[in-house]
Amino acid sequence: MAGKLAKLLAELKEKEALECVRKALEQNADPAALLAEAREGLAVVGQKYSRAEYFIPDLIFSGEIMKAVVRLLEPRLKQSRQEKKAGKVVIGTVAGDIHDIGKGLVVFMLEVNGYEVTDLGIDVPVEKFVEAAKQTGSKVVGLSGFLTLAFDAMKATVQAIRSAGLPEVKIMVGGGQIDEQVRAFTGAEAYGKDAMEAVRLAKNWIGG
Amino acid sequence: MAIAWNDMTARNKREARFAAWRSPKGPDGKEFQFPSPEAKAAYQASVDRFIDALKLEKTPERVPIFPLGTFMQTHVYGVKPKECLYDYEKLFSTHVRFLKDYKPDYYASPSFVGSGRVYDILDLKVYKWAGHGISEMSGYQCVEGEYMKAEDYPALLDDPSDFWLRTWMPRAFGALAPLANLTPFPFIWEIVGVTGCMIPFGIPPVQEALQKMIEAGNEAMTWIKHVVGFDLQAWALGHPTLIGGAAKAPYDMLADTLRGTRGIMLDLYRQPEMVIKAMERLTPLYITQGVGMASMAGNPMVFIPLHKGADGFLSDEQFARFYWPTLKALLLGLIAEGCVPFLFCEGSYDSRLKYLRELPRGTTFWLFDRTDMGAVKKQLGDTICIGGNLSSGLLLTGTPDQVRKECRRLIDTAGKGGGYVMSNGTGMDEGNAENLHAMIDFTREYGVYR
Repeated sequence: MAGKLAKLLAELKEKEALECVRKALEQNADPAALLAEAREGLAVVGQKYSRAEYFIPDLIFSGEIMKAVVRLLEPRLKQSRQEKKAGKVVIGTVAGDIHDIGKGLVVFMLEVNGYEVTDLGIDVPVEKFVEAAKQTGSKVVGLSGFLTLAFDAMKATVQAIRSAGLPEVKIMVGGGQIDEQVRAFTGAEAYGKDAMEAVRLAKNWIGG
Repeated sequence: MAIAWNDMTARNKREARFAAWRSPKGPDGKEFQFPSPEAKAAYQASVDRFIDALKLEKTPERVPIFPLGTFMQTHVYGVKPKECLYDYEKLFSTHVRFLKDYKPDYYASPSFVGSGRVYDILDLKVYKWAGHGISEMSGYQCVEGEYMKAEDYPALLDDPSDFWLRTWMPRAFGALAPLANLTPFPFIWEIVGVTGCMIPFGIPPVQEALQKMIEAGNEAMTWIKHVVGFDLQAWALGHPTLIGGAAKAPYDMLADTLRGTRGIMLDLYRQPEMVIKAMERLTPLYITQGVGMASMAGNPMVFIPLHKGADGFLSDEQFARFYWPTLKALLLGLIAEGCVPFLFCEGSYDSRLKYLRELPRGTTFWLFDRTDMGAVKKQLGDTICIGGNLSSGLLLTGTPDQVRKECRRLIDTAGKGGGYVMSNGTGMDEGNAENLHAMIDFTREYGVYR
């Protein structure tokens, strides 16, 4: 069985992947091992996406298959084994902006690359970013925004994180109309053009 | 007019539409009287300048200038988006002020803002707008959702209008939820079918929903008077608009309005044939909408905002299979009726350029946001008229000198030999006065073809 589920998931074979899980469970396979295998498949999806072999629909669909796999496994999983994570990242769409498609892609790519992501959601107030960075001890904060309105909110969030006594926190910005020009305006450390860039930045900053 | 419309070639239809655009008619159906020969000359010169850029037959006398905004034109005067949505007088008078102060060649109509009162009355669910779910400083933002469910394709294919009336509208508007109780109209036949089919109209919630539609209609009438009043003032100042009608790419109808970004992506794998059938069903409807609106406005430009076909949103294979065939059919359908498709191309389109070569030369206008303009000019300079790419980040946070430098780069590359319209690539919600002046004034001077 080893490798089959990972391969089916990586190839986005929804029916076959779910059938594979069902059969394996009938044969008393270890659900934790199946989950790990499914995660391997998802990691392959992430790799294919970063090589431009897969695109956004592939990520979304693989996430959907994964959810269904987890639904099948969940009742049998005793306790989720704590996996070793590459590092912690806090992410959210800044205040005033309710867009989340781009942010979702970044979360997906960070997670399949082993990061523990705290997703604060959309329209996130400045204080919430500061609080989450403090609570989680994350050294990386990602600010997402689709609208030009997000420029000021990003700047305010960067300033708040800076003045909260978190000098080691590195901030990346991205989304919609963000570019290098806007990054300089916000005072963030880096601009990420896409989800792959977000992973590269996190790797450079905190390893993993 | 010796030749009937239906017997005219597409090119002649377009020339007739251009002539109507050059000499617009007022709401009374009579030719609009410009207040001065100068205003008329400025208006017609701007129309001609665009037509020259579009046709790719000769170089215009200079690069046309079209600063594009939704709430930008009011933001520069400190008018909040919420005021724009609810205070029509303020919205439209501020846009007139913008035209007088900034003197762009073309105006982006304040009608794009719509009426907050109409949205309130209908309890629109598909968007949040200033003061309604989002900040008063934010214009409007889409609420992603599956307003059409995965299992709804057969109903949509069967009868799109019925699907809209009894399924989509009840989900998209809180006040119209009771319309789900209506009987399909084709069920009304002979005499025996009549009385029973009227019963839904006697149900109090349905009556309340209809009452809300009447209220929204009354409000829309107040609003449209302001829109028309504004158009006349803009023309009198010598400014045409580059938007006559509107249409949507069939894939985007599904991905934006009906199934949502996530829903459509799952359908690509689970029910691809349904997606294709639905798009084919919708295509003629949006040709009709675009042509109808353009005819009513006396302006051939049909605005088509492109969203979910941008780079990354689909693989090349998916773009070729799902996005392009019906978009191309829509464009060719509009062109055949003498309209000029105006593709508002958000995001980047670098990987899609090869498809655009399939379009007839000099018939479409593509406004790009983040696409590589050097590559577009090289690959498509002899096929399509292009515009945009002045970054909103630069326009909002840069200096006037940086803006002028970037405008120079765009004119030198994308504008070489004509076929380019100076514009930003998005409908901006904020504006930076100095930088907007820099963009417009610099282009007016440097953009002259000598």
